[in-house]
Order: sequence, then C-alpha cells, then structure tokens
Amino acid sequence: MTTQTAQAPPGADLDLQAEFDAKVAADRRIEPRDWMPEGYRRTLVRQVSQHAHSEIIGMQPEGDWIASAPSLRRKAILLAKVQDEAGHGLYLYAAAETLGVDRADLTQRLIEGRQKYSSIFNYPSLTFADVGVIGWLVDGAAICNQVPLCRSSFGPYARAMVRICKEESFHQRQGYELLMRMMEGTGEQRRMVQDSVDRWWWPSLMMFGPPDAESPNTQQSMAWRIKRDTNDDLRQKFVDMTVPQAEKLGVTLPDPELVWNEGRGHHDFGEPDWTEFKQVVSGAGPKNAERVERRRAAHEKGAWVREAATAYADKHSAKEAAA
Amino acid sequence: MSGDHIYSVLGEEHGGDTRWAFGTGFTDALSGVDTTLPGGVDGQDLALYCQMLGDDALVQAQRLVHWVTDAPELEEEVALANIALDLLGQARLLLARAGQADGTGRDEDDFAYRRGSAEFRNVRLAEAPRGDFARAVVTLLVLSSARLAVFTRLADSRDPVLAAIAAKAVNELAYHREYALSWTLRLGDGTPYSHERTVAAVADLWPFTGELFATHPVEARMAAQGVGADPADVREEVHAVLTQVLTTATLDAPAPFPEAAVAGREGRHTPELDPLLDELQKVAREHPEATW
Repeated sequence: MTTQTAQAPPGADLDLQAEFDAKVAADRRIEPRDWMPEGYRRTLVRQVSQHAHSEIIGMQPEGDWIASAPSLRRKAILLAKVQDEAGHGLYLYAAAETLGVDRADLTQRLIEGRQKYSSIFNYPSLTFADVGVIGWLVDGAAICNQVPLCRSSFGPYARAMVRICKEESFHQRQGYELLMRMMEGTGEQRRMVQDSVDRWWWPSLMMFGPPDAESPNTQQSMAWRIKRDTNDDLRQKFVDMTVPQAEKLGVTLPDPELVWNEGRGHHDFGEPDWTEFKQVVSGAGPKNAERVERRRAAHEKGAWVREAATAYADKHSAKEAAA
Repeated sequence: MSGDHIYSVLGEEHGGDTRWAFGTGFTDALSGVDTTLPGGVDGQDLALYCQMLGDDALVQAQRLVHWVTDAPELEEEVALANIALDLLGQARLLLARAGQADGTGRDEDDFAYRRGSAEFRNVRLAEAPRGDFARAVVTLLVLSSARLAVFTRLADSRDPVLAAIAAKAVNELAYHREYALSWTLRLGDGTPYSHERTVAAVADLWPFTGELFATHPVEARMAAQGVGADPADVREEVHAVLTQVLTTATLDAPAPFPEAAVAGREGRHTPELDPLLDELQKVAREHPEATW
C-alpha cells in the first residue's frame, strides 16, 4: 500500500496546510484521502498502532484466567470479553492501514519490540479477582482516555473509538459486577479483591501517561485535535469518578493522600511512582518480555498456516483465472 | 457519548448482551419452553444423556480456549473463541437440563466443577491434546460433523428442552463445520508442509473416531423413546461428509471408522482428561464456599 499524500505543485502545500488547519479548527474530520501534514500522519500511525497492540497484548493478563474461571457463566463472559479485545485490535489495525501502513508490518514491529503498547499489561494477573479489577479500573481508565478520542480529528480513528467505547463500557460493568459479587462472598474473596485493588490502583493512574509538564507530545496532539484533554485532567477525572465506586464496593484505594478538596471541587491524591513507570515503559516491567514473547511465538508457530492459506488462495485464483 | 454517562450507570442493573462485539449466545434458549419431563421418559437416563452431550461440548471448549492468544492470525482467535463460546453455551443448557431431569436440582456448575474424570461422559476425541493447528482443524471437523448430524435429529426430540437446545445448536454447528472445512481445504491443498501436517493429524486422530458412533445403552434407550439419537445411525452420513471434505482437500479418502467399544461415555478416559479438569476446576475447588 502507498501513502496517499495528495500530489500538489510547489507552493501549494501552504494552501493545503491552511485548509487542513481550518478543517481541524472547525472540528471537521480529516479523512484518509485528505491532505495531512506528515507529522500528523506519523503521530496517528504511532498512536493508533500502539492502541491496537495494547488491545492484543491486553488479551493476555485476563486470557490467562479463561481456562480456570470458577463458573461457566464467568468463563463465557471472560471469553467473550477477550474475544472483543481481539476484535478491537482488528478495527484499530484497519484504521491504521488507512494511513498507508500494513498490518503485517505493524505486527512485526510489535513482536520485535520496536513499537510499544500500554504498560499496564506488563503487570501480572495473580488471582481471579484481577479479572474484575482489570475490568473496573483498567477498562475504566481506558474509557476515560478513549471517550474523548471519539471526537478525534481523524475520522477512521474516531469512528473505531465510538464502537470500542461502547463495548469497553460493557466490559467495565461486567468487571464491577464480578467484584460486587465477590465482596458479598467469603472473607477470603473480599481480601482477594482488596489485594487486587492495592496492586492495580497505581498502575491504572499511570495509564494516563506522565504529568503534563513531562509529556512532550501532548501539546501538538491537542493542537491537531487528535487528543482532546491533557493527561493530568483525565487522571483527575478518573480519580473523581472512581472514589464513589470504591466506596460502594467497600474497598479502600491504597492512597493515604486521597481526600476530597472542597475548594477545588476535586479529590486530591498522591503522586504515582514515575520511576517505576519509566522502568516499565522502557521494558523492565514484571511481564514485558513474556507478553511480547508469547505473541512472537504464536506468530512464528503459525507461519506455516498463513503460508498454506496464501498458497491455497494463489492456486485457486489461478484456476479461476484459467477457467 | 459522554464519559460521565458511562460511569453514572456503572452500578445500575443492565439488560441484554447486545453490547458485546460478537454476541455471546447468552440469550435464554429455553425461554417459554416447558421443562416438565415428557411422559414415560426415565429422568436418570435423560440426565446421563444430557451429560454425554454436554460434556462433549464443555471438554472441547476447554481445549479450544487455549487458541485465544495463540492462533496463527487474530481472525482465527476470534473465530475459535466464537466456536468455544457456542459450545460452552450448549454445555451450560445441557448440564442444567441434566440437573432438572435427575431430580437432584444440581446446576451447570455442580456438573462442571464438582465431578471427577470418571463421571465425565464425553467421547475421548474431545479431550485429545491440542497439538498443532492442523490437529485442531481436523478434530473440529470430525466432532462438528458428527454433532451436527446428531443434533439435527434431536431438533425433533420428544423432550421439548432437548429439542429447543438442538434447534439453536444446529446453526452454530453448521458454522463450526464450515469453518473447519474451509481450513481443511487450505491446509490440505496449501503447501507440501501443510498437507503433511494434515495427513498426520488425520492419522493421529482417526483411531478415536470409532467411539463417536458406538452406542451406549442410555443412548439406545433414549433413541428408542424418541428423545435421543442413536450415534450408529449417523455413522455413514458422517463418513460420507468427511470423505468428501478430505478428498477435495487432496488428501486420501479416509479409512472406514474403526470398530470401537463405548469408552468415554462410560467414564473411561485417556490420561489427558485429568489435567484438563484440574485446570478447569482449580479456582472453584480452591474456594468451595465462594460465590462468583
């Protein structure tokens, strides 16, 4: 596939740039065939493909519990959820392909560790309570991040996000419902839920990315209206929404500094451990190597199957052409 | 859509499963179906019969879920997850029916999580190790072809519950067979290597096929009463389907199904079933008092 940058005579770029800027300023959508600045295209390819990779790698922490889910209903719900994540990966790879990249190439970049995915999936899922907490907090944080992306300036990305957000919100409710059920169960189950919240709370806050002062790409992405809110604003919104849910559930969020600030009309909260964040992003998290290795192994083990499908398709299209 | 809205409804009740990307088959297939036992039908026999059909599906689904995050393409992960979900849905309905029929009131989870391997009634092909993708495809081809033939007959069962379950399942099973068939063609008629892997899969699995058509006394009684189907009756039909698929895929026509005695249906299994059930039942057994 080739990139679809419109061919224009010298000097015409300025007009195209002005047209693009006006479209973005008027909140109109940029579509794949429209002219776009190279930086905009590059930023989107990076963001959309990382998002797709996150869906695919994100299948693993919960996927590990499908085989051992403790009731058939939970097994079916979890299997459907992990299947949805594969579907989200597929929509997003399709959105990325409209920008002139190839899914096979993006997959290669993922399994060679050349492209990142959300760091949250480099933490282990240790008990079945993690299935519920990932649904509640991790999907919850993802929704907070993604709802504004439904208004992203790039059409295919925005449209994919509308569908994904609807499904994610359903996943989140399923996670929360599992936790409610566990909290009504045995003391051991309640301890499992609290332990899981203790482990996932800070990594969930880190999902919004580094503080605004240290997020070099945010300003440009906001100017292009790829991104609509800053990391810190979204993080605040997530905390404010989650506190009453934690109360209703009967769990304690593991932050001694978490308190309602009447003057601000928001909760104050502690600072995540950004040193840990940087370590996990740079590949030193508890599960980084294993997550990528699993995807790489599946891809390589399946090479002969993909080759067979291609060979079969070639043979049969040749036969049809000859007929 | 606003983020606030999503959060405000989090703790509320919600209806319907329409928000899943692919659907889950969670809709109640038995809504409005009369669940009283039809006259003259032995509840113990019907319960065992439902376990046989339910266990085939449950054990096969348990093998299939391991392809999710491990398949050659994302599309295959989605498809195999879909098939596993269908089978899980069939298993849940059949096991629930077993608990109604034998009068114990056991639910689907009592059957799935609180029986040992000797009480499982699935055919041994369902528990065969996962192996490579060719093996998964051939296993699915054989099991879905046989199950589709049986369930097509069960759609006319005198037990209205079994008939309703079968009516829903035949569409699902037709898709499973179609999926397996399309991959059998690609692998058999793909590259020399994929051809070789498919030949090996058929050879490895063929010894287990005979059991699918061996009639257990419960199956014979259920068939005689117009409740069940005798698997021996679908033997030729299934062999004809497999012969057509395998030869179209440029493989040799298969040998006749081996003559085999009932095994899994009586609780006699391969050593592969115990570890499969250990994984399935692990969390439930660790927390016997818990609610999920």
